[in-house]
Amino acid sequence: MNEPIIELRGVSKRFGPSYDAAARLTRDIAARFGKAPKSEVVHAVDNVDLVVGKGEVVGLVGESGCGKSTLGRMVAGIMPPSDGTILFKGRDLASLPPPAAKDAKLKVQMIFQDPYASLNPRLRVADIVGEAPRVHGMIPAGQFDTYLDEQLRRAGLDPAFKRRYPHQFSGGQRQRIGIARALAVQPEFLVCDEAVAALDVSIQAQVLNLFMDLRRDLDLTYLFISHDLGVVEHLSDRVLIMYLGRIVESAGTEAIFARPNHPYTQALLAEVPRIEARKRRFTAIKGEIPSPIAPPSGCHFHPRCPHAMPRCATEAPALKEIAPGHKSACHLNDATS
Amino acid sequence: MSATLEVRNLRTHFFTRAGVVKAVDDVSFSVGRGEVLGLVGESGSGKTVTGFSVIGLIDPPGRIVGGSILYQGQDLAKLDEREMRHLRGNRIAMIFQDPMMTLNPVLRIDTQMIEAVRAHVKTSKAEARARARDALGMVGIPSPEERLNAYPHQFSGGMRQRVAIAIALLHNPDLLIADEPTTALDVTIQAQILAEVQKLASEHGTAMIWVTHDLSVIAGLADRIAVMYAGRVVETGDATAVLDHPVHPYTHGLIGSVPSRNKRGERLRQIPGMTPSLLSLPPGCAFRSRCGRATESCTQEPPTSEPSPGHTARCFHPVSA
Repeated sequence: MNEPIIELRGVSKRFGPSYDAAARLTRDIAARFGKAPKSEVVHAVDNVDLVVGKGEVVGLVGESGCGKSTLGRMVAGIMPPSDGTILFKGRDLASLPPPAAKDAKLKVQMIFQDPYASLNPRLRVADIVGEAPRVHGMIPAGQFDTYLDEQLRRAGLDPAFKRRYPHQFSGGQRQRIGIARALAVQPEFLVCDEAVAALDVSIQAQVLNLFMDLRRDLDLTYLFISHDLGVVEHLSDRVLIMYLGRIVESAGTEAIFARPNHPYTQALLAEVPRIEARKRRFTAIKGEIPSPIAPPSGCHFHPRCPHAMPRCATEAPALKEIAPGHKSACHLNDATS
Repeated sequence: MSATLEVRNLRTHFFTRAGVVKAVDDVSFSVGRGEVLGLVGESGSGKTVTGFSVIGLIDPPGRIVGGSILYQGQDLAKLDEREMRHLRGNRIAMIFQDPMMTLNPVLRIDTQMIEAVRAHVKTSKAEARARARDALGMVGIPSPEERLNAYPHQFSGGMRQRVAIAIALLHNPDLLIADEPTTALDVTIQAQILAEVQKLASEHGTAMIWVTHDLSVIAGLADRIAVMYAGRVVETGDATAVLDHPVHPYTHGLIGSVPSRNKRGERLRQIPGMTPSLLSLPPGCAFRSRCGRATESCTQEPPTSEPSPGHTARCFHPVSA
């Protein structure tokens, strides 16, 4: 693998209730009378290790509530982790002096799912795309317009539209505005959070092609978050499968689609509707995704797993290498070896 | 097999201040007993308005301006509101995309379901409740007796959609219209819902119109497919015929742009441009500005060709298989 651009070490994110003074007081009084406070902490991301090499496209797959967006937001620097460290090119973002940290953070940009909610409706396209590079002094004096035009053109937008507002564009064009905005500060790493999920099929193909062109032209690295396995399979070099805050399997794209190891990955792949599968019988894994407030003990997947053993309910399996570059967190792998 | 529903030359137009939007323009199709018709199209293609027209939920400024909707020989477009209410929710039911919008958030599930039962059948409250409980059990909701007392917000998205399906199935409808019912759901939950629906359709012989933009879902579910573009059905036929040998350039492009139909890591075959505004559709084929095969003749109304029996397309230059 190339030199790592982003490295996560034991990163966790927990969301708990925030207590104001009154809530703290009642909690302390209740504690004095022997009532333990109810713990309502969501373990959105639980001890994740991840290395993304330069130029790599890593697909992050999981169902809603599995923590994939939270992980993406921490990588993009929008949210600090509760535990663990995030290294950008080998340097810890939290311990860098502020100017260096700012430069590092600019190199990681994010593209959001909803092209309607992620653009300020009161700003013109020129301001949406141009504000960040102007504030950060990235544009030489007097060259704002040429710089802006170039950014828009690169995302496949006509610079003649730069005086327009977001509502005057279609969904696909808005997503291109979001892409132009992210690229305007010359990032090296893009976090795409369900960036094509809200688009129509024919527009989705256009935007995916744009991502692939940009990767080639600008030598970009992607963390591509999606629930759509077809899109991830097409775009990624490596795929991570997440379930309730933990990464359960990680492997090269071909390996994971040809030889899925974790029972959850197997179930997920079996249930993806494919255009090649006609009049199939839909079968389903039982049950729903449990609440991340009270995740099941041991392996989080064991209540839904067809191969669950007594051990799965008590002991969380570690993410272990089962083949070169292929890691899986399942006790079944111990039994066979 | 006589058709449960036959739609002929349906036209639903919206008379807005900016002009007439021909959301559905000359659409014909039929669905037989136990058959699943996939109505495929992108946003703005008129697929949802088609579904709404059938169940009589078009509000002003929209109006059905032409064509007929024959349900077991009876023209729904000619029924008055009282007669339509008698059928709607009883013989013809609908499932919507967002179950949070279709369930009343301030009423318990039992209140809503009992009301739906008693709207069409004279029965006691206790009996209606029992029927509601059985319906919840049938769509795979665990402990239905207790769940009847819950409010919609106490259910997860997948469970809420099951409740909506249970309500739609209360009276064993002959025709079920499903408008993107699994789009908002996760893959594993989607598979569960599709499994339930498939089972129910085959057990009760319900005819189904499955409205979606997702070709992969439709491939696994539908017997026949109708592809809509800018208010018209551009191609229709058996699922296998349409998906394996698409003849209309739009269908061809749509299927070609699905990632699994492309070599991994290579550029996807994309359809250029975007869907046109329905306000100012030029005459002739609406797809011609995005079509690689378009010629001068495409400014005329395209003819209907039939490459194989039951498989039709509206195009001057069909793609030969």
